[in-house]
Amino acid sequence: MLAALIIVFREVLEAGLIVGVVLAASRGVAGRGRAVALGVLAGVAGSIIVAAFATQISSAFDGRGLELFTAAVLLLAVVMLTWHVVWMADHARALTARLRELSDSVEAGAQSVIVLGIATATAVMREGSEVVLFLSSIMLQNVDTAAGVALGSAGGLALGAAVSAVIYFGLTAIPLRRVFAVTGLLVTLVAGGLASEAIHQLSNAGLIAPALDATLWNTSWLLSDDSLLGRGLRVLLGYRDRPTALEAIAYVMTIGGILLLSSQHLAAGRTATANTSA
Amino acid sequence: MFSCVRKVPHATATSAIAAAFVLGVGFCAFSAHAADSVEVSISIKDHKFDPSQVKVAAGTPVKLTVSNLDATAEEFESRALRVEKIVAGKSSAVIRLNPLAKGSYPFVGEYHEQTAVGVVIAE
Repeated sequence: MLAALIIVFREVLEAGLIVGVVLAASRGVAGRGRAVALGVLAGVAGSIIVAAFATQISSAFDGRGLELFTAAVLLLAVVMLTWHVVWMADHARALTARLRELSDSVEAGAQSVIVLGIATATAVMREGSEVVLFLSSIMLQNVDTAAGVALGSAGGLALGAAVSAVIYFGLTAIPLRRVFAVTGLLVTLVAGGLASEAIHQLSNAGLIAPALDATLWNTSWLLSDDSLLGRGLRVLLGYRDRPTALEAIAYVMTIGGILLLSSQHLAAGRTATANTSA
Repeated sequence: MFSCVRKVPHATATSAIAAAFVLGVGFCAFSAHAADSVEVSISIKDHKFDPSQVKVAAGTPVKLTVSNLDATAEEFESRALRVEKIVAGKSSAVIRLNPLAKGSYPFVGEYHEQTAVGVVIAE
């Protein structure tokens, strides 16, 4: 029961933190609840499919299949989060005004809501497939009763969801004037972390040249990736205790890229508005 | 308001370019050293690694095949090697290690940490 609780808690927390941050960053967008709910469902379905074909996926591409698949899923998430930040930067002003008036939420258009759903689905699928594999493994072993596993999993799910909810409500408590700046930055950092994780997967597939795969520093003595705080900060800020050169490059470039895109987009938006009003 | 919504496809294109850029860097970093890697095989049985000690030459890439003979899944995990990989029951997985500096690199089966322990020794 305890093993199930720990594993499920850890994976749910990792996915839940991303969902919590993205949800908080989408305040005032109509249909976000439904998009996230559908994303979670799609992610769970995806987890079961991935777990069922784990052996086939793993042995593809000379044993590199799982790493390549995970890297692709991660990069998809990075693209979705990038789109999300850029779109929100554009709409923050309108959203803030609407929220202040406590009027209806902003009709975001189908695309931005789909982005939200896909980002959620990728986060859930990545962590969920590990849960499914682990739980099916415990069931096979008969070391734990079905009831024990079910209880442990439910407890882990509840705990993980509770911590994610704390993050979400913490973020929504930020004053309205600042909320989109803070959540936008946080989503940007999450995207940076996912990009460096994608590089880590490619490194595990043996596809990164040794020079770029060299460890830059080791701060595991200070904060280990294994610790709960380390894991949390890894999801939220992209923290790694032993980053390689290319992981760091991917992190910095993704964050820089998103900041550049959103500032360009904002500037373009302002020029357009100025031209219309003139 | 409408003009804002219409701008989204533009954002798609730019973020796609950004993603392609990141991907590009990833693939530029590909190396062809896989050809001269050393192949080593170990197995997992009754939640133990066999052999539990893997000796490899330092400075050589290693292709480590882990065959799981148990019916249950295991996760090969090593902080020192920066590897975390699930090996499904009755199947095998390939773990690729870049050239290692001399030293020992412990690994565990995360689902059975009490019994599944081993070490890669690079010398």
